[in-house]
Amino acid sequence: MMQPTHSSRRILLPARAWFIVVSLGLALFVNLIPFGRLPLVPDWVALVLTFWCVHQPQRVGMGAAFVLGLAMDIADGSVMGQHALAYVPLAFAAAGLSKRILWFPLLQQALHVLPMLLAAQIIMVVARTTGGGEFPGLLYFFSSFSGALLWHPLTYLLLLPQYRPVERDENRPI
Amino acid sequence: MSVVGHTPPPFFKRGPAPLTQLVFFVTLSIALLFADLRFHTLEWARLAVTTVAWPLQRMAGLPVAAAGDAGHYFSSLTTLQTENADYKKKLLATANQLLRQEHLEQENMRLRALLDMKARQPATGRIAQILYAARDPFSRRVIIDKGVQEGIVAGQAVIDDIGVIGQVTRVFPLTSEVTLLTDKDQAIPVEVQRNGLRAVLNGAGAGMMELRFLAANADVKPGDTLVTSGLDGVYLDGLPVAKVTRIDRDNSYAFARITCEPLAGVERHGQVLVLGKREVTPPPPDEAGDAAKPGKGKRVKKSQNRKP
Repeated sequence: MMQPTHSSRRILLPARAWFIVVSLGLALFVNLIPFGRLPLVPDWVALVLTFWCVHQPQRVGMGAAFVLGLAMDIADGSVMGQHALAYVPLAFAAAGLSKRILWFPLLQQALHVLPMLLAAQIIMVVARTTGGGEFPGLLYFFSSFSGALLWHPLTYLLLLPQYRPVERDENRPI
Repeated sequence: MSVVGHTPPPFFKRGPAPLTQLVFFVTLSIALLFADLRFHTLEWARLAVTTVAWPLQRMAGLPVAAAGDAGHYFSSLTTLQTENADYKKKLLATANQLLRQEHLEQENMRLRALLDMKARQPATGRIAQILYAARDPFSRRVIIDKGVQEGIVAGQAVIDDIGVIGQVTRVFPLTSEVTLLTDKDQAIPVEVQRNGLRAVLNGAGAGMMELRFLAANADVKPGDTLVTSGLDGVYLDGLPVAKVTRIDRDNSYAFARITCEPLAGVERHGQVLVLGKREVTPPPPDEAGDAAKPGKGKRVKKSQNRKP
């Protein structure tokens, strides 16, 4: 199974389903931490969701995005459907562009991810301000930038379980 | 892509096409948005999920709470001592009023009984702690640590030691959500303390409030204090709410733009008092019914006019 990653030398093990679920659950938990109105705190769920949609587009898709969006709406106390409305196009774009994104080195991958995260935030702002909410200020969009900056370390972290073979064998090429 | 008469082998089955999925889920999300924004029909689902996820939410709040506690732990003894001295001084300064308060209240009750007026409603309340500000950046809400189990009901007013800070809008078993006065959807009936001019104060976002629908020549000055008028049956009357900071009287508009600043520590954290629910005053006689009737009549008339 040839997979383009940041270095095409690398051949990865298949991702485990439980690891995907745990990482998404953990992102949701970290998002629950009440930072209040602190800017620069990235939306971890959006970031991890984008990661899996790019790397495993056949396993994590818009259904997962929708469910996670609803979970975030309840966790945030925002209007139901707000995060779902933003995450579903995010998952669509990430899965659609995954073939392209994976050929780039990690920093350029982050440049692909940034507009997607920004678009998700803009969708939320439009949905809420038309619904009578207040505009949260331009600082609100900083969380997308910090999220894109975290793409590099996050990729290493989430691909870590896929790097090593189950049993070591010196004679095998992988 | 299947040639006519040939379905693709199950190996390539990947569910519905991405675009179909996108349209389906986006439509579903927008339907949910409408259902929640317009009709508020999804509160039961929110309540159920929040109740189940309560321990998780508490756990996520621990690091922030721990950081706050650490900050308290390292605040020096001298700060605490000066603070304590300040409080004692303040207590002494208000002792005069406090000592006479009970006497005055009883006198007031007797006089009201003599005049055959309705007794003023007694103020009861529960002390609660603000746990954290809700993460939603499009509204101004905080979570307090008292819920249904402590008898909190949606609609109760919340005050701190200086004035009104908001209203309970959602109650969960152990917590409740308070919408602050600075939230754009929050309105509070007030009157100008100086002359008793009544108005409605709305949140304007960014920590400010706006006094709406007052004529351009209304008697309001910068520095005026606004207190609750108590006309709504939610807030007790006479609670301080805000101070007028700026007035733009533009003659091209019918109304003046009056910006106000909340008096209470609306955007700060700490202890608050959730006031007991006021007894509901009887509704005005069938005003809604009357208002609805002419509308219906008009529509009927229009259709009748259209027919011939």
